[in-house]
Amino acid sequence: METYSFLREFADSWMLLFLFTFFVGVIFWVFRPGASKEHEDIANIPFRNEDKPAGDQDETSPDATTKEAWK
Amino acid sequence: MWDYIKLVMLGVVALFAAIAASYARDLAYQVHAVIIMLVAGGMFLWTLRHTDEPKPATPIGYMDGPIRAGVIATAFWGAVGFLAGTFIAFQLAFPVLNFEWAQGYANFGRLRPLHTSAVIFAFGGNALICTSFYIVQRTSAARLWGGNTAWFVFWGYNLFIVLAATGYLLGSTQSKEYAEPEWYVDIWLTIVWLAYLAVFLGTILNRKEKHIYVANWFLLSFIVTVAMLHVINNLSLPVSIFGSRSVQLFAGVQDAMTQWWYGHNAVGFFLTAGFLGMMYYFVPKQAERPVFSYKLSIIHFWALIFLYIWAGPHHLHYTALPDWASTLGMVFSIVLWMPSWGGMINGLMTLSGAWDKLRTDPIIRMMVISIGFYGMSTFEGPMMSIRAVNSLSHYTDWTIGHVHSGALGWNGMITFGALYFLTPRLWNRERLYSLQLVNAHFWLATIGIVLYAAAMWVTGIMEGLMWREVDANGFLVNSFADTVAAKFPMYVVRGLGGVLYLAGALIMCYNLWMTVRRAPAKQADPSMVPAE
Repeated sequence: METYSFLREFADSWMLLFLFTFFVGVIFWVFRPGASKEHEDIANIPFRNEDKPAGDQDETSPDATTKEAWK
Repeated sequence: MWDYIKLVMLGVVALFAAIAASYARDLAYQVHAVIIMLVAGGMFLWTLRHTDEPKPATPIGYMDGPIRAGVIATAFWGAVGFLAGTFIAFQLAFPVLNFEWAQGYANFGRLRPLHTSAVIFAFGGNALICTSFYIVQRTSAARLWGGNTAWFVFWGYNLFIVLAATGYLLGSTQSKEYAEPEWYVDIWLTIVWLAYLAVFLGTILNRKEKHIYVANWFLLSFIVTVAMLHVINNLSLPVSIFGSRSVQLFAGVQDAMTQWWYGHNAVGFFLTAGFLGMMYYFVPKQAERPVFSYKLSIIHFWALIFLYIWAGPHHLHYTALPDWASTLGMVFSIVLWMPSWGGMINGLMTLSGAWDKLRTDPIIRMMVISIGFYGMSTFEGPMMSIRAVNSLSHYTDWTIGHVHSGALGWNGMITFGALYFLTPRLWNRERLYSLQLVNAHFWLATIGIVLYAAAMWVTGIMEGLMWREVDANGFLVNSFADTVAAKFPMYVVRGLGGVLYLAGALIMCYNLWMTVRRAPAKQADPSMVPAE
């Protein structure tokens, strides 16, 4: 089979199936049980470590105490 | 040891550039060879004077130097790009501005790619690089990976912009829209971009947070995809190593498809995914609350990158491209409504419970209107990709209006918001110099966009209808020149919109400058920490 026809057929079948399954899998993964707590933690990443990298110094950074201020 | 390798490399480059300048086959190549020779020679001398100096101790903390430089470059290139755009808008309204003495250098055809590259790649690109460096450090809680590689990325990228811009004026172009630079500039950009990828990815791998924040996903997909698009769309064979001309590897409809696969994904990944990364960091930060739904942001990401990559063929309706391909592009463009509006809702709803900030904080207002324009232009775009609508809108000014409501509204406004956010923090200032000036900028820019977009809708649809108008015998009613004459008033209004937008940007530059010079410094002492 020539390359074009082979790739065309592959794209229309197995690759399409793979991409679609992957995408549906992502949606199920997002809504898995217990994800909400994790997502809340990730969503708060921007409110930590504003001034310096984690572990640079031991003292509590001002941000660590104010990060929940939005609540 | 590294200093010696650097000296050898810079010396070889400077020597080759000097040889290339004298053998050059065209003016653009010659000028570029001289620029490269001067840059490499200057860096050679600088390195030579600093060789074998004791190395400073490994610095700690976040690396903000390249980000500060990036903020300055973004503001500067923004003003240059908007000025060029306003000028060429008036060139279209008043052709006498294509000055006789500057023919072949400063006429519309030469300045137009200068404008598009200045706003997309110089303004937008510098904004993306500096904000991504800021975001990836703060959300990974780690210093930028690779030491001075970040500086190489900044200066290397800006050298690319200088080479591209001077090349356009001197006629070095491979005639691919948004990919005009010739082969040697493309190779240089590839090197810089891989260094950018290394810095970004290295920082993510060094992260102290367990998870990768969603903004970094968008930014990483932007960097990886742009690398792939750039390399494949620029596959070409130089005619001579001493000249700027090259021949594309693809030909005919394959070349057209590759070009618009590149062109549309430059919109999708450079101007959308990258700037969404900015949105997902700066909007929550400025609103002081986490993103509305983190689940939605994950689905937004996967849906956007799965769909966008297929949308390119909608640029090639009614061409030699097979119908199935352009239908595919059209269908995927329409499906894109879903993630685009999901993302818009996610950005806007981040303010739920804090809508009062819209009244008091002009920066958040700027971010919100940018998300509004994101929603509007991602509605308009899929609509225009429908074949029947496209038969009216294609080749008319409607397309230009669509592009500008996205670029000025979405990309411009979110970048302005990010610059207002970053400047006080990067220069350790208590606050911005003036919020009134931010407010003035907001209104000038918004009214400017409205004038621009409205004028282009009217003239675009009018032009499309005039082109297809036939009399009872089936003859065309209007000549092309008739449509040009009919568009004059709208061209003037469009130019005025550009003047307002440019004025707003200049006010921003003044405000940022005065913030660094005059605003009170931030108190370093963490005396405000509440008792635990």
